[in-house]
Amino acid sequence: MFAVDLPYWAQSLLRVLGGTVAVLLPAGTIVYLFLFKMMSFMQSRLGPMEAGPYGSMQLFAEVGKWLQKEDIQPAKADKRIFKMAPLIVLVSTFLLVAVVPFGPDAYFTNFDAGVFYMLAVSSISTLGILIAGWSSANKYSLLGGLRAAGQLIAYELPMVLAVLGVVIQAETMNMQTIVLRQNAGAMFGWNGLGNPYILTQFVGFVIFMIAVQAELTQAPFDMPIAESELVSGYMTEYSGFRFLIFFIAEFATAGVFALIASVLFLGGWGVPFSWFGWHGVNDVANWMNIAGPLIMFTKMMVLTFLMMWVRFSYPRFREDQLQRFAWKVLIPVALLNIMVTAVLKVVF
Amino acid sequence: MAGKSQVPGLVKGLGVGLGVTLKTLGHTMKPKKLGGGANTVQYPHEKEAPPIRSRGVIALREDNCTSCMLCSRSCPDWCIYIEAHKTLAAPRRAGGAPRKVNIVDRFDIDYALCMYCGICVEVCPFDALFWSPEYEYSEPKIADLLHDKTKLGEWMETVPEAPELEAGADKKGKK
Repeated sequence: MFAVDLPYWAQSLLRVLGGTVAVLLPAGTIVYLFLFKMMSFMQSRLGPMEAGPYGSMQLFAEVGKWLQKEDIQPAKADKRIFKMAPLIVLVSTFLLVAVVPFGPDAYFTNFDAGVFYMLAVSSISTLGILIAGWSSANKYSLLGGLRAAGQLIAYELPMVLAVLGVVIQAETMNMQTIVLRQNAGAMFGWNGLGNPYILTQFVGFVIFMIAVQAELTQAPFDMPIAESELVSGYMTEYSGFRFLIFFIAEFATAGVFALIASVLFLGGWGVPFSWFGWHGVNDVANWMNIAGPLIMFTKMMVLTFLMMWVRFSYPRFREDQLQRFAWKVLIPVALLNIMVTAVLKVVF
Repeated sequence: MAGKSQVPGLVKGLGVGLGVTLKTLGHTMKPKKLGGGANTVQYPHEKEAPPIRSRGVIALREDNCTSCMLCSRSCPDWCIYIEAHKTLAAPRRAGGAPRKVNIVDRFDIDYALCMYCGICVEVCPFDALFWSPEYEYSEPKIADLLHDKTKLGEWMETVPEAPELEAGADKKGKK
């Protein structure tokens, strides 16, 4: 990361700090900018205005409120599991951010099975949600947890299949290499824009974003939470800081998935290498380690804007519609996309 | 699942949905001077004038009250408490017998119980009870929501002149 050689413990400390920032900063920004402000504006109101200028300190007020609240557990709950569940969900977010590259040298890990790891780790949160629902000893929580399990597993599949198109085209599962391939690539010999996979894998991108929306249990896929029928689904019995952890995990995961989507489809941290005459990762200037995270952050904001826009616009799917949409529409289309990509890859 | 012919309409509908929220977003973000802004008001700093016939609070014109108890008895929540005593007043004409009148000693409405049905206002034969659009009378303690006739009388000032229901019709006025 730097020219100086840091000892192992310092590197680890830096990684932990960086990971925390990479998870919490997007989460806070998303919550304030999109959940508080943009949603309010879309409903023709102003949202929080009292705490700080334009309500910018509202987030701290909310966190302070949650931290003060009593940590309530239902009498019949499975206490240890009940306490663990939100942490499992949050841990999956932190594990996800580990494979996201932010610059030519600014990454937490760089290994060849990055995409595979990302898909595997993202399903850990399903476990957390399911055990949260089950250990609460509450019928609403249980129903919410079961719905969540059904939904998350159903939408995991189109997500995996959508990513496969990118993997086939990039010929690698290494996230860093995927970024390099996109920025060093060319479209029909013209390399002014690189070759962001959103152009060639647009179907995959759309399916990925829909599946991400469902994985985050955001509207229109918020059947597991469905406040009008299930109180708050698997989160019903949680209060105080355990609810806060669920809340952070939800929006942090939204941010991290947006980061992953920008790596896979939008060219990640890079700018098209032809702009500066770079040819490979070794030519990339050092300042990209500073500019890269900023570029990633911008792309993340654009993608989360899309996700939140959809979230605040559409009503909820019914459970059967939701499952049918995954199995009968998204998965066949994703399979077709893989087939076409594979055929074209072999032909060209 | 939608048939094939429904898919274009479905996509169009999704677009319309996104368009509505985006339009509202733009309208809210536009400065007030240009005709934008939110549809809400920032309450403690700015206030909205409630519609003239809104049911904010019930005001009492004590002079009109004969303590007939009709309001108290018709109240579904039994939240009106009236106590009165009889006294003799001067006769209307010289040489007549002195009149018996009721003096209201206590007229309390417990707004912690009141459900704002307005039956008392409707039932009052002497135009002693009125709806007022005043709404800022919350109290930190629930017992303090029991308001006496002095307070109810003060609210008379906030009662607006009743609008004519149609041209030339009788108005139920403050008098």
